[in-house]
Amino acid sequence: MDVLDLARLQFATTTILHFVYVPISIGLSLLVAIMETMYVIKKNDLYKKMAQFWGTFLLINFALGVVTGILQEFQFGMNWSDFSRFVGDVFGTPLAIEALLAFFLESTFIGLWVFGWERLSKTVHLICMWLVSIGTMLSALWILAANSFMQRPVGYEIQNGRAAMKDFAALLTNEQLLWEFPHTLFAAFATGAFLIAGISAWKLMHKKNMDFFKPSFKLSIIVALISAIAIPLFGHGQAQYLVKTQPMKMAASEGLWENSGDPAPWTVIAWIDPGNKGNTFEIKVPFALSFLSYSKFTGSVPGMNELQAQYEKTYGPGDYIPPVRTTFWSFRIMIAAGCGMIALALYGAYLTFRKKLEGSHRWFFRLMIWGISLPFIGNTSGWIMTEIGRQPWTVFGLLQTKDSVSPTVVAGEVLFSFISFTTLYLILTGVLAFLFYRTARKGPDIEPHQQTVIHDPFAQGGDTIVAK
Amino acid sequence: MSLNDLWFLLIAVLFTGFFFLEGFDFGVGMATGLVPRNDQQKRLMINTIGPFWDANEVWLITAAGAMFAAFPHFYATMFSGYYLVFVFILLGLILRGVSFEFRGKAEGKWWTGTWDACILIGSFLPPMLFGMAFAALVKGVPIQQNMDLKAGFSDVFNGYTVWIGLTVVGMCLMHGLTFISLRTIGEVRDRARVMASKFLPVLGILLAGMVVWTYFATDLFARRGPFMYAAVAVGIVAYVLTWYFLKQCREGWAFGMTGAVILLTFVSLFVGLFPRFMVSSINSAFDLTIYNASSSHYTLKAMTIVAATLLPFVLAYQAWSYFVFHKRLSEKDHLEY
Repeated sequence: MDVLDLARLQFATTTILHFVYVPISIGLSLLVAIMETMYVIKKNDLYKKMAQFWGTFLLINFALGVVTGILQEFQFGMNWSDFSRFVGDVFGTPLAIEALLAFFLESTFIGLWVFGWERLSKTVHLICMWLVSIGTMLSALWILAANSFMQRPVGYEIQNGRAAMKDFAALLTNEQLLWEFPHTLFAAFATGAFLIAGISAWKLMHKKNMDFFKPSFKLSIIVALISAIAIPLFGHGQAQYLVKTQPMKMAASEGLWENSGDPAPWTVIAWIDPGNKGNTFEIKVPFALSFLSYSKFTGSVPGMNELQAQYEKTYGPGDYIPPVRTTFWSFRIMIAAGCGMIALALYGAYLTFRKKLEGSHRWFFRLMIWGISLPFIGNTSGWIMTEIGRQPWTVFGLLQTKDSVSPTVVAGEVLFSFISFTTLYLILTGVLAFLFYRTARKGPDIEPHQQTVIHDPFAQGGDTIVAK
Repeated sequence: MSLNDLWFLLIAVLFTGFFFLEGFDFGVGMATGLVPRNDQQKRLMINTIGPFWDANEVWLITAAGAMFAAFPHFYATMFSGYYLVFVFILLGLILRGVSFEFRGKAEGKWWTGTWDACILIGSFLPPMLFGMAFAALVKGVPIQQNMDLKAGFSDVFNGYTVWIGLTVVGMCLMHGLTFISLRTIGEVRDRARVMASKFLPVLGILLAGMVVWTYFATDLFARRGPFMYAAVAVGIVAYVLTWYFLKQCREGWAFGMTGAVILLTFVSLFVGLFPRFMVSSINSAFDLTIYNASSSHYTLKAMTIVAATLLPFVLAYQAWSYFVFHKRLSEKDHLEY
């Protein structure tokens, strides 16, 4: 493998793993903030226990999100220096603002939250958690503003072979961002919500601390339901926008080689043969792709072969078709995960509000435990589709991936860093899972309402009974 | 002052602030291998930096982000040119960050021992390697005409850079020791203070070596003579006062002095570099400067507005967090980590 392949592999691996931790942090900090708000309003210690117990998961995960984020930031310079030189003017700004506006907020107030339970008033302590939560969301906003520029460059002009910023506001009103941000944000909320719901289901299945895990399940299933419904709504908007701005990605994710014709059918499953630029087997649903693309049952969607010819005219000779199979299947896996989330959240909410959680629903609880994985599958495949589908470009229409890599770095160096970072990330992810499991198994630190006998040789009879 | 000057200044402030702030928590991390007599004392020490280390590290992240936005060529040349150095800095920072959080979340000798070792490695490697990278940067590295840098082994690893690396490590350790004695009461406080006094002569040798070697190895004194001599003089005063305040058990002042030594070192570095960011050993025409490495005027203007709006808030709430946790900790306190 050469430097380019290795650098791509390292970026893919470290980004995917980083994007395991980040949605957990965004989702959990919102839920913990909600729990603490209920504690402050209702003055019920149960909610404080909830905030503290689920806060432990947040903290374990937060550390990993932070430290793997540093690599993300440094990696642009280390492995992709020509990319950094080309887009630094535009792309660096949201990154710098992300640090200034979001990272400082998160890191300062998470410290205050963890160590401030006794030193801050209830309200100030609560505000700290909300600032952490807002910080995580702002961080997503700015990093997605940078990513949106790569999907659809706006507000720039080319000067001396580099992209120079011309309109800062355009970066933030990029329509790509307006769809991508809420879609990703709700996916992150769902990640945290399904994590809490899944662990709660596990405890409910074993009938442990029912008084604690039932309200936890209830709260998280509400957030899960809202998010699971919001995700496809914004996703639909994003897909329609995709047809307009990156039709090649859309065509690849549909396995569409020739123009679809009007109305366009949606391909559910296809065996794709990129060598022959065609599919050997397809199952299609009529009208559906037209609806997906234009919200109406008419309209044709351009296929890859025509787009390839168009792009060659615009950008010169070359292969502009992304890895079709990866794009096609990651899109379908994402949608399947999303459907699974909706189904689980709906049924979970039904059981909760019909007060049927008491009954024996072992099969459902077991499904909820497996359901923890659904948002991760969706998040990962969603990103793979977004980033692989943009290939061969790093900045769509402006800079190709092969021209982005650092010219001075040699394959051995990248191989070394790839192996060491991947190994380290995998070990740390294992540790994270172990600590999650351990914390969940131990359960919340609920004081037992029973009498404790202390053997006191000076007391009458030798024993003192202390009520705890 | 042009915007290019302003952003050079801001990046210098961010890096200097990073070494001042993260300097003491690197130092505390290293001191966990030296000061404590038992696990409780070790936990106490880690808790002194508990609420701060994460935000301190963001100074580095912000510095890198500001480099990317304001001087993309500086960012691209430095990070790709020092590839392996940054790999090890990152490995250190990643291990260190998770260790603080993980070590208290389960029990067992093997578990705690592993994360303790990671804290040591992670607190030593970054200051050492950053010291070496910056030393190589002022001494000169082979930057070519197209701004590409391929730092060879001997460019980064040579007597001078290793000495500077060790000096930065020494400054951080000293700064950490005074911080521990400032933030604790009881045995830990005394042990940290005594250790700081014992370590002070070693640091003195390192600092003296840094000054002399820098005089001969770089052009900093030739370019900014008066400033450099003044900085050295103030540095000597701060060094002597560190010794005095430690003897007097006035740890706040001692901490101020160890901090002053760090500030002076990095301020001199950036004053000596200005208006250059990286010195080319091939030809001074290939130096990266605030002019040829910068973003467009529009970007610098936008960034200036953003920074001017946000920085006061950031500094205010960070200062507030230090105020909230200004009380000394004791082994009897509730310890999070």
